[in-house]
Amino acid sequence: MTVLVDISHRLGDFSLDVRFESAGRLTALFGPSGSGKTTLINMIAGLIRPGKGRIEADGRVLVDTGAGIFVPKHKRRIGMVFQDARLFPHMSVAGNLRYGRWFTPAAERYADMDAVVELLGIGPLLDRRPAKLSGGERQRVAIGRALLASPRLLLMDEPLASLDEARKAEILPYIERLRDETKIPIVYVSHSVAEVARLASDVVMLAQGNVIASGPTEAVMQRLDLLPAEERGEGGAVLDTRVLRHDETFGMTVLGSAAGEIRVPRLGAPAGAPVRIRIRARDVMIATEQPAGLSALNILPGTIVAISPGEGPAVDVSIDCHGAIVLARITEQSQHALKLRLGGHVFAVIKTVSFDRANTGAGLPAEADG
Amino acid sequence: MNWLLDLTPDEWNAVRLSIKVATVAMLASLPPGIMIALLLARAKFWGKTLLNGLVHLPLILPPVVTGYLLLLTFGKRGPAGAFLAEHFGIVFSFRWTGAALACGVMGFPLMVRAIRLSIEAVDRRMEAAAGTLGANPLWVFATITLPLILPGLIAGAILSFAKAMGEFGATITFVSNIPNETQTLPSAIYTFTQVPGGDEGALRLTLVSIVISMAALVASEVLARRVGRRMDIE
Repeated sequence: MTVLVDISHRLGDFSLDVRFESAGRLTALFGPSGSGKTTLINMIAGLIRPGKGRIEADGRVLVDTGAGIFVPKHKRRIGMVFQDARLFPHMSVAGNLRYGRWFTPAAERYADMDAVVELLGIGPLLDRRPAKLSGGERQRVAIGRALLASPRLLLMDEPLASLDEARKAEILPYIERLRDETKIPIVYVSHSVAEVARLASDVVMLAQGNVIASGPTEAVMQRLDLLPAEERGEGGAVLDTRVLRHDETFGMTVLGSAAGEIRVPRLGAPAGAPVRIRIRARDVMIATEQPAGLSALNILPGTIVAISPGEGPAVDVSIDCHGAIVLARITEQSQHALKLRLGGHVFAVIKTVSFDRANTGAGLPAEADG
Repeated sequence: MNWLLDLTPDEWNAVRLSIKVATVAMLASLPPGIMIALLLARAKFWGKTLLNGLVHLPLILPPVVTGYLLLLTFGKRGPAGAFLAEHFGIVFSFRWTGAALACGVMGFPLMVRAIRLSIEAVDRRMEAAAGTLGANPLWVFATITLPLILPGLIAGAILSFAKAMGEFGATITFVSNIPNETQTLPSAIYTFTQVPGGDEGALRLTLVSIVISMAALVASEVLARRVGRRMDIE
């Protein structure tokens, strides 16, 4: 399943010129507000007609302005989860969930009501009215409603943006299950580094209506210089790891990664489960010798492969730890004091307590097919 | 007190006729009312202001003028009247159907206004969401728009009914005041006031008028509240 978008669109002063192709399980359209990502996803859904260009999903041409093709939204079979849920107020939760089923040809109906209700944990809500739901519940029902229309592609437009941190934490695992347990490819719009790093297999980074980077999440997220200013502090290396064992004495979990063992606060995942972590660059210290007498538990040896200027007094140092890149943001003064240079052997130091729910999540299963 | 409740057969006829005329006027106005309201609320076309003015004309013109225009158009020799009589066998002049037409036309602006306001209040993003779920525009209208504007439809229908119950000028000008055919409640009351000793009958029918109007009002309140509760608009 691939999604191909190649459009140019003008709206007053704003112009959108975007070309990308993705075959990922979950492709994130990532960028600051005003970068055009919502316009883009609305074009894929068929809610906005692009001025010029072509959109394909799964080999099916949805828009081709040159050939005069524009498949109307109700014939695209593309599910959409809106930021504001948009549940129908005059129907119960069950009525909302069943709505899309009506319009799906019987032969193409693959979504099963019971399975979706179970996946999203919305069984107890079925008889309720949308107005009586919390924000998080509403969003889960909206996801279920889109799924039950048996879409070929699922679009999610900032589904967590209007929720508080607790609600976000409540929904994120459901989106991870959606990504890992269903076969529907997902295109996910977000402006949050935390969400993208945790959920995406692929990232298309947008700024002012243009694609500035795209590719696998681990690669794109290393471009700290491209992150929107307000999110830059959240930037860092994304590592896919596996649970090796739990340390019950001290309440920790030991993760195995290419860079070596990494200790994080106790996770619920069982041994062997994939876990994705984001190591914020500002949480990483650099030592030129194996540190001793230090409280930090994670000390990863590696080689400096890049040093690039950061904002203000900072420089961003990329350290290759046995194939996994770890990013460290340090001051230029420290760089000079330690005489850091390309090819130098160093140790990346990360405190265990710098990991929390926002930067540890379920990893993509290795056998996930693209 | 008995004389108050004891209506003569002619008076009963006027009551029955009025309810029939008002009901038919209301029901027949609904489909075109919804269509025109949709056009005015959502469509962009040349002459929209003109259409809007035309719809509101009966509200501004003296009812006698509206009645006279109806007589010119839908009377036996009027262009529309002759055409409808010849091809469909529908005759308006001096029939109860004419009274219904006059009442419908007089109530039309009120109905369109109420429906239009409720259409403009519909969250169109709901309709877009229904579209992404596979509903074509007709289904979206039937399953999303229509239920969402139900309170407006009820309000518009009740306004039209109430206006029809009270309509006098256009009706009497267009179809005259024929007992058992075109003599509605207001016409009957007017007739009573024109003859000596008609006070009792006029008072009786006035009371009936009040009861029917109040009943319609209460019914609309109850309906609207039930719809509102069902919907739980956020």
